[in-house]
Amino acid sequence: MADVIVTQRLSKYYGDKKAVDNLTLRIAEGTVYGLLGRNGAGKSTALKMLVGMVQPSHGRAHILGEDVATLSPQTRGRVAYMAEGHPLYTSMTVGQAVDFTLGFYPAADKHLLGQILDHFSLGRTLRIGRLSKGQRAQVALALAIAPDPQLLILDDPTLGLDTNVRRDFLESMIQIIQRRGRTILFSSHILGDVERVADRIGIMIDGVLRVDCPVEHFKRSVRRVLVEFGRQPPPLPPCEGLVGDWQIGTQRELVFVNFGPRQRAALEALNPVTVDVVELNLEDAFIAYTRGPRRPLPLFAGETSHGQSIGDQGAA
Amino acid sequence: MGFFIDTASRAPIYLQLVQQVREGVARGDLCPEERLPSVRQLSRDLVVNPNTVARAYTELEREGVLVTRPGLGVFVAQPGTELTKAARDRRLGELLDHFLTEAVHLGYAAEQVVRLVTQRAQQFQWHAGAK
Repeated sequence: MADVIVTQRLSKYYGDKKAVDNLTLRIAEGTVYGLLGRNGAGKSTALKMLVGMVQPSHGRAHILGEDVATLSPQTRGRVAYMAEGHPLYTSMTVGQAVDFTLGFYPAADKHLLGQILDHFSLGRTLRIGRLSKGQRAQVALALAIAPDPQLLILDDPTLGLDTNVRRDFLESMIQIIQRRGRTILFSSHILGDVERVADRIGIMIDGVLRVDCPVEHFKRSVRRVLVEFGRQPPPLPPCEGLVGDWQIGTQRELVFVNFGPRQRAALEALNPVTVDVVELNLEDAFIAYTRGPRRPLPLFAGETSHGQSIGDQGAA
Repeated sequence: MGFFIDTASRAPIYLQLVQQVREGVARGDLCPEERLPSVRQLSRDLVVNPNTVARAYTELEREGVLVTRPGLGVFVAQPGTELTKAARDRRLGELLDHFLTEAVHLGYAAEQVVRLVTQRAQQFQWHAGAK
């Protein structure tokens, strides 16, 4: 199976800021890849570099076997890209937008496009500027998939859509997935949707790809470990796989990747009262993994220590 | 029989399907020789990646719960098992230990547990008795 997307140390800097930092990624044909990350992590910039809308600062990107910098029209015709916010010409009618787009894709399936628009009751004479957000997303998706693209790159396609329209969109994605050989790379914040349709996920943090694995692998590998000390928690020795550490009163909340017997032994050595290892669903695992440092919460109810007054609570 | 998936659950989606089919067969909601929806159909109905459904079906086939008939579809297999009595006793024994541990921690007496088991067993469809 060929790799449909290959990047090598793909990077984009804006002044000092590394929006995308040495992204190296391979996506095989037929994969549905969910690119995750908090706002500003670099997902959109990475996707734009893959379709040639943003020029990389350095590094290379190849899609469908061709260098993105010198993409042939034929290959472009096999890639669909949906930008964030589904930009469309609002002064056009649906019919005009269809004709406009089909002009770029002579081989597009007009019948399929007609079917999709009918399915969502999108009349040809409706002006795009007057459509609801959900309707606009449906038009954008219809236009993107009518040419039956081999590769779909979707930048947060369900952003701002209501729950029902989001579900409709997912159903359309499933239909695409069922056509063999189609590859989808999409970014999303709705972890439940990602878990439904994605084979693999990647997680970007501050421009760096920190995770690149099957969905199940990520869920299996991340654990939240709650260590209750019943006293002021001692400092933690360096621990392999520790990605998060927060102190909450007499507890330490830890996030581990591949929590095993060695890590458990290191925690037991600190003489805790209890050590609770919690499995997580995809959303909680993502949050645990990407949550930044949190200020420690002071003790509230009950005892005050070292003469602290109640007035200190406001400082938290 | 209807299937559902819960993306808020910690269990992988394919495993949720596996467990639902297993339970459906055990309760008699799914009968031997009954045809299950195709991978495509189920992935459309549940709005999940077809690979996930395929993985569940493959796992169930491996366990002998389902059987694929090329060109015809996926069916519930006839009851019967390849495991030896010793292997089966061992497997059920492991599950029983989990269950009994939980029951002890919940504060049950042994007789109460036996009564509860007998009661709930009536909701399931039992085989003649494995040899």
